[in-house]
Amino acid sequence: MLSFVAQRVLKGVIVLLAIVVLNFFLIRLAPGDPAVVMAGEAGASDQVFVKQLREKFGLDKPLPEQLFIYVKGVVTLDLGFSFRQQAPVAKLIGERLPATLLLTLTAFAISLMLGVLFGTFAARFAGTFLDTAITVFALIFYAMPIFWVALMGILLFSVTMDWLPSFGYETVGANLTGLAHAVDVAKHLIMPAMTLGLFFMATYTRMTRASMLEVKRLDFVKTARAKGLSDAVIQRRHVLRNALLPVVTLAGVHSGTLIGGAVITETVFAWPGIGRLMYDALLQRDYNLLLGVFVICSAMVLIFNLITDLVYRLVDPRIEFAS
Amino acid sequence: MPKRVLLGLLLACGLAAPTLAQEPKTGGVINAVIQPEPPGLMLAMVQNGPTQMVSGNIFEGLLRYSPKLEPQPELAESWSVSEDAKTYTFKLRKGVTWHDGKPFTAADVLFSIEMLKQTHARARTNLAQVDKVEAPDDYTVVFTLKQPFGPFLGIFEVGSMPMVPKHLYEGTDWKTNPFNNAPVGTGPFMFKEWQKGSFIRLVKNPNYYEKGKPYLDEIYWQIIPDAAARSVAYETGKVDVLPGGSVENFDVPRLTKLKDTCVTGAGWEFFSPLAWLWLNNRQGPLADKRVRQAVMYAIDRDFAKDVIWNGLGKVATGPSASTIKYYTDDVKKYPYDPAKAKALLKEAGYKGEKIRLLPLAYGETWQRWGEAVKQNLMDVGINIETIATDVAGGNQKIGDWDYDIAFTYLYQYGDPALGVGRNYISSNIAKGQVFNNVEGYSNPEIDKLFADGAVATPDSKRKEIYEKAQKILVEDVPVAWMLELQFPTITRCKVKNLITTGIGVNDGFKDAWLDK
Repeated sequence: MLSFVAQRVLKGVIVLLAIVVLNFFLIRLAPGDPAVVMAGEAGASDQVFVKQLREKFGLDKPLPEQLFIYVKGVVTLDLGFSFRQQAPVAKLIGERLPATLLLTLTAFAISLMLGVLFGTFAARFAGTFLDTAITVFALIFYAMPIFWVALMGILLFSVTMDWLPSFGYETVGANLTGLAHAVDVAKHLIMPAMTLGLFFMATYTRMTRASMLEVKRLDFVKTARAKGLSDAVIQRRHVLRNALLPVVTLAGVHSGTLIGGAVITETVFAWPGIGRLMYDALLQRDYNLLLGVFVICSAMVLIFNLITDLVYRLVDPRIEFAS
Repeated sequence: MPKRVLLGLLLACGLAAPTLAQEPKTGGVINAVIQPEPPGLMLAMVQNGPTQMVSGNIFEGLLRYSPKLEPQPELAESWSVSEDAKTYTFKLRKGVTWHDGKPFTAADVLFSIEMLKQTHARARTNLAQVDKVEAPDDYTVVFTLKQPFGPFLGIFEVGSMPMVPKHLYEGTDWKTNPFNNAPVGTGPFMFKEWQKGSFIRLVKNPNYYEKGKPYLDEIYWQIIPDAAARSVAYETGKVDVLPGGSVENFDVPRLTKLKDTCVTGAGWEFFSPLAWLWLNNRQGPLADKRVRQAVMYAIDRDFAKDVIWNGLGKVATGPSASTIKYYTDDVKKYPYDPAKAKALLKEAGYKGEKIRLLPLAYGETWQRWGEAVKQNLMDVGINIETIATDVAGGNQKIGDWDYDIAFTYLYQYGDPALGVGRNYISSNIAKGQVFNNVEGYSNPEIDKLFADGAVATPDSKRKEIYEKAQKILVEDVPVAWMLELQFPTITRCKVKNLITTGIGVNDGFKDAWLDK
């Protein structure tokens, strides 16, 4: 297993480097550079000034040289400096990463748990009213855009009912500590995490349902029944476990999509995470910061995928670690 | 309807407030929205709008300006101008300290000027007329100009020329100086905390030189990226101040109807944002003056004002906003007249060539305005293709002259020599630059008028020159002037005296207080 992990990590590093190079050129395809943006904000037109800015940012050097400097930095774990925010990129990302991890992991956990739960119920009671209700709701949540769900959530739970805060990570100025702080953050987390998780929950519900119905028809389930096992044990130990494989695959693939969805969720709920940082960096053509966020996100996706592969093995012992 | 309601509210709150001579109360916390999150707070190095709004509380300039743009003392307590209008002497206020306790002196002024010349594009341009700056003693600064420069007293406001602490910046690498992220100024509020992506917290400066001020204990600038979420934050009582431009215009009538809500359009006199359409004078049909005039006649600017901007602002008559010095409305008029536009297009021989329109990527309001203008232009037979970009992409296209019509709005800074001439003089045609003469208009007479206007004395002579320039420009239509914008500032009515100068919320909250 160790050699399997080592091999995957090595492959991951190569993929990451390829992503860095690709992103480097991709970003520069967008018109406008940081010097143009900053001169624009200053509301002034002075060629010497813009030239100075370009020199300061190192944008006057030939593109391959800029790439070489950047890759050299990444290899030595230096993500560079954001001239725009006058701070090292690693520090800027470090400040935001915990909030994003909290949001995405909560959303992920909620969606997976509820999705599998609802899917199991739907499959168990296939063809009944409960099944239809779950399927219809799953379809609705699957089809609704995240930003719309978010806005409707705010309208209902913040404006009309005043149950949950509409924005932010914590109550600003409340200076809470300990448990009170944790409760405060949790209150702020509910809506963004649910919003982000609903789409995925819907997907897992449908996937679990379909997969369970398929497994249920297989011969080994009949055998289990013939052995006289109780229905609950059959469902849990034999059907669900086998039915989970496609769900795990999907969950692994979703790690990237989850971060994409976080950009929108963080924007609507003013959640101080990395998604919003990426969006601002893009608008301001903050190349180093944007590349830094991409590197971190890509690394996260690679790690998630590695975890997925490991979980496979746990769920289905028949799968060998290819070495 | 919204127009009348808004006007009523403006009268009730904006205008009536100063006449109610209430005694200010001390204490309290204000929650205001800041949008977007500023990239940094070091005003000498970052000049974007939100930075100015937050840092206007931390830093100060030598002067501030009244709503009528008369200079008022800030760090300079008095000033005098020599007979030949080439020497300006500023007497600095004594007893002013930086937030770290060190005294503010003339040495800081000299240092700031040197630094700003390298870091602040507009200060650099403004200071181009200065021959030398000297400090005969700790509290006197003397500027000697190369030649008289009419608007000179208009360049000292905090956003245009913020004072920087010499003892913290001298001899350091400015771009990585740790005080960029924990700025130290002389202003009424001190930087306390910045939770990136969440809020910026400023606290009262207990040693502020104006005794008794500021009245507030703290200001929280809340960072809420989504426009609808900002409206909700106000509706649910989480924030008390929505500075101009922080919510979409279509939300303004709804929010202003809420209980205890006041709205004002004041505080934009110094900036005088003027919106116009860049018209690429170089190529295609728009190279013909008659086509450009047709564009002016074709666009229903009253509709844009009343519907898209909720009745706020004013239809522009030419290159100067009406709040700018030497403004005249004695110029050619362009009322909404589609028939006349069609006739002019026919006369110019326009044959339906495609014209690219670049809206401004500043949110829904501007998007809608882009659609309205497109509709107007298509109604008179102009073949419009809308090009979608983000702000940086749009700037690049405009700077590279790769457009036909493009939306913009620019600040005018109180004087035609500071914020008007730059867009029409031919020496400002430089590819790769935004916000200069990107339309490519070139008229030696205009060049001469603006060159003369900046240095002419006395005032009556300047007036004559600038009025003439306005007449010529309005006839030539180098760009299509749309509206003098007013961004409504929405507050709870308990927030008093928020806007007291022509610089508005960018001038800091030093006079503001809460009527609890």
